[in-house]
Formats: sequence, C-alpha cells, structure tokens
Amino acid sequence: MNINFTLISQAIAFSVFIWFTVKFVWPPLLRAIEERQKTIADGLAAGERGRHELELASQRSSDVLREAKQRASEIILQAEKRATEIVEEAKRTAKEEGDRIITGAKADISHEVFSAKEALRQHAAQLAIAGAEKILRREVDAKAHADILIAIEEDLK
Amino acid sequence: MASGTELTPTSYIDHHLTYLTTQVSEGSFWVLHVDTLITSIILGVISFGFIWLIVRKATPGVPSKSQAFVELAVEFIDNEVKNTFHGNRHVLVAPLALTVFIWVLMMNAMDILPIDIMAWVTENVFGLHNWKIVPTTDVNTTFAMALSIWFLMIFFNLKVKGFGGWMHELFCTPFGKNPLLWILNLLFNFIEYVSKPLSHSLRLFGNIYAGEIIFLLLGMWAATGVSGTIFGSILGAGWAIFHILIVTLQAFIFMMLTVVYISMAHESH
Repeated sequence: MNINFTLISQAIAFSVFIWFTVKFVWPPLLRAIEERQKTIADGLAAGERGRHELELASQRSSDVLREAKQRASEIILQAEKRATEIVEEAKRTAKEEGDRIITGAKADISHEVFSAKEALRQHAAQLAIAGAEKILRREVDAKAHADILIAIEEDLK
Repeated sequence: MASGTELTPTSYIDHHLTYLTTQVSEGSFWVLHVDTLITSIILGVISFGFIWLIVRKATPGVPSKSQAFVELAVEFIDNEVKNTFHGNRHVLVAPLALTVFIWVLMMNAMDILPIDIMAWVTENVFGLHNWKIVPTTDVNTTFAMALSIWFLMIFFNLKVKGFGGWMHELFCTPFGKNPLLWILNLLFNFIEYVSKPLSHSLRLFGNIYAGEIIFLLLGMWAATGVSGTIFGSILGAGWAIFHILIVTLQAFIFMMLTVVYISMAHESH
C-alpha cells in the first residue's frame, strides 16, 4: 500500500476513458436506442389507432346494414301496397270496360231489333199492300185509289 | 514461482504482490507501477474499443446480437443512473457510470484468471519477472478513480450551487443555520468529504485484494502435497465461482457510489 505516481497515471487513463465514452460511445448508442423507442411507440400508437378505426368501421357497417334492411322492408311494403292498388285498378278498369262493352252490345242489339222491326214492318206493309193489291186489283183501280194506297203505305212505314 | 530463488511461502506471496516498477523521477513518490498501468490501459482499450466498434454501427432497427449485448449493459446502467440522478444524465453521469462499471469489472475480472498460470505466462512469454495482473489490487488505481470522482463532485458542487451555495451547505447542514453549529457542521462535512473517497476506493481495493490473497493462500496450500493440491483446487474453484459475484458486485457498488456522490453534489440539502 504505497501511494505513488501510478495514482496520477491511472487518473489520466481514467479521464481519457471517460472522455472517450462520453464522446464516442454514449451518443450514437443512445440515439439508436431512442430512435428505436420512438419507432416502437409510433407503431403501438398506429396499432391503437387502427384498432379504433376498425371499431368505428364495424359500427358504421352495422349501421348501414340496419338502415339497408329497414329500407328494404319499406320498399317491400310499398311494392305490396302498389301491387294491390294495381290489381284493384285493373279490376275497376276491367269492370268499366265490360260495362262499356255490354252497353255497346245492348245499343247494337236494340238498334238491330229496331231495324229488324222496321224491315219486318216494311215487309209486313209490302205484304199487306201486296195482299190488298191482289184483293183490290179486281175492284180497285190503282190509278183511282193511288192516293189512298200511298197514304196507307205512309202509315205503315 | 520465483525462479532462481528458494521457494518459501513468504517468497511466493512476496513475488505475487510485487509490482513491476520504474522510477520516473527522484523521490519515493515518483515510482510507476508499470504492470498496473499497462494492464488497466489494455483492458480499457479492449473493452471500450469493443463497445465503440459495435456502437459505431448501431442501428435503430433490429439490433445485431453484439449490439443487443451492449445495449443490455448500457440500458441496465442507464436505468440505475435514471433512478438516482435527476438531471440531464446523458451529458456526463451516465457515460461516466458506464466507464466506471465496465473498466472496474474488467480489472476485477483479472482476479479470476489463475494467478500462477498468468505469472508463468508473463515470466516465460513476455520475460517479466514481476507482473501483477489485477489493477484493482493496486490501491493507486482505486484511489485514482475515487479521487477523480471526488474532484468531479467538488466541480459539480461549485457549478450547480456556486461557491456561496456550497459554503452555505458546508456550514449550515446537516444540523442547522445557528452560528453556534457552524463549526460542528463544517467538521461533520469535512469528515464526510474525507471519508467519501476513502471508503469508495478502499472498499473496492480491500475486496479484490483479499480475494487475491485467498487465491494465493490456496495456491500455497496446493504446494504442500497431494491432498493439499486436491483441496486447494476444489476450494480455489469454489472461491473463483464465488468471486464472479464479488467482482461484479464490487464493480456495481463502485459505479453506484460514483452516481450517488455526483447526484448529491447536484442536489441541495
């Protein structure tokens, strides 16, 4: 145990090593470590953000899905209503058309009946005149009784 | 194994405890322990060079195995410093703690190398009769470090508190501001300031020196006969394993005390 010049030389060596560590060893390693810590922190934050966004997206998608379902059911409801309306309208139109056809047919029929009656009446009149002519041919001068005959004919018409 | 002289227990121990010295100048102080200095410098260059080579290529991405190893050591020390020192530790304190820990650890670890084999190597390979392989068994080494840290402590006291603040602390703590207590406070602080470097350096020196002596005694026992060799080897192996703990623990304690002393210099009572 004797203190000597070694003390000073060791102190110098020690100082040099301290200087070396402070200057060359510590800063680059610290930089690397801190940069990595930052990267990891950023990654974790990004992961957290992603998780949050996923949550939001799933919530949004379920919202959209629910809305779509609701709208679909509304559309179906409307379509059913519309279908009933169309059917009702078709029925009504058909009934009207039928009525119209029936009315037309009835009018035709009455017209036919009328013209048939007319034709019949004319025939009957001609027959009657022909009969009367035959009867009268002997007794009646056609010329003398022409006005009567025309009047009868007019009447029969 | 002092060659050429008669081997007695005294000469064996003497040989292992003798430094390779050189006289720098006149006077008993101007003696240099060449072995202590060279060994410690070689160890420092190897360890800090190794760390520097790895750190130079340090990447913030996925680290290589060697970088991960260095980072493990650095983050361990950085954590210890962070818990004790509340300031910008990256300027000096944390790298200082790293230097102290690594260097002391390496110097202490020399103690685990088989003492007689190392003596044989230095004698027969390098031709050096006396070469103490463990720098921390030299009180000059531990004192040099403790005193350097002591001066840093004084420097930070002055820098952080100013001369007035430091004087105030010396005279008014820990007992109080009363002028009657000034002398007592000063005396107390004087003892504290003297005891700090002494306990700091002698704790490390004492532990490692004692470990060295135990190895020497076991080595001496091994020279007494076959049973002595067997028991000496077994106990030597046991002591070496136990010494791994002491070596690391003493390096850690030395580093922690360094950090604590410098933190105390930064903080007012």
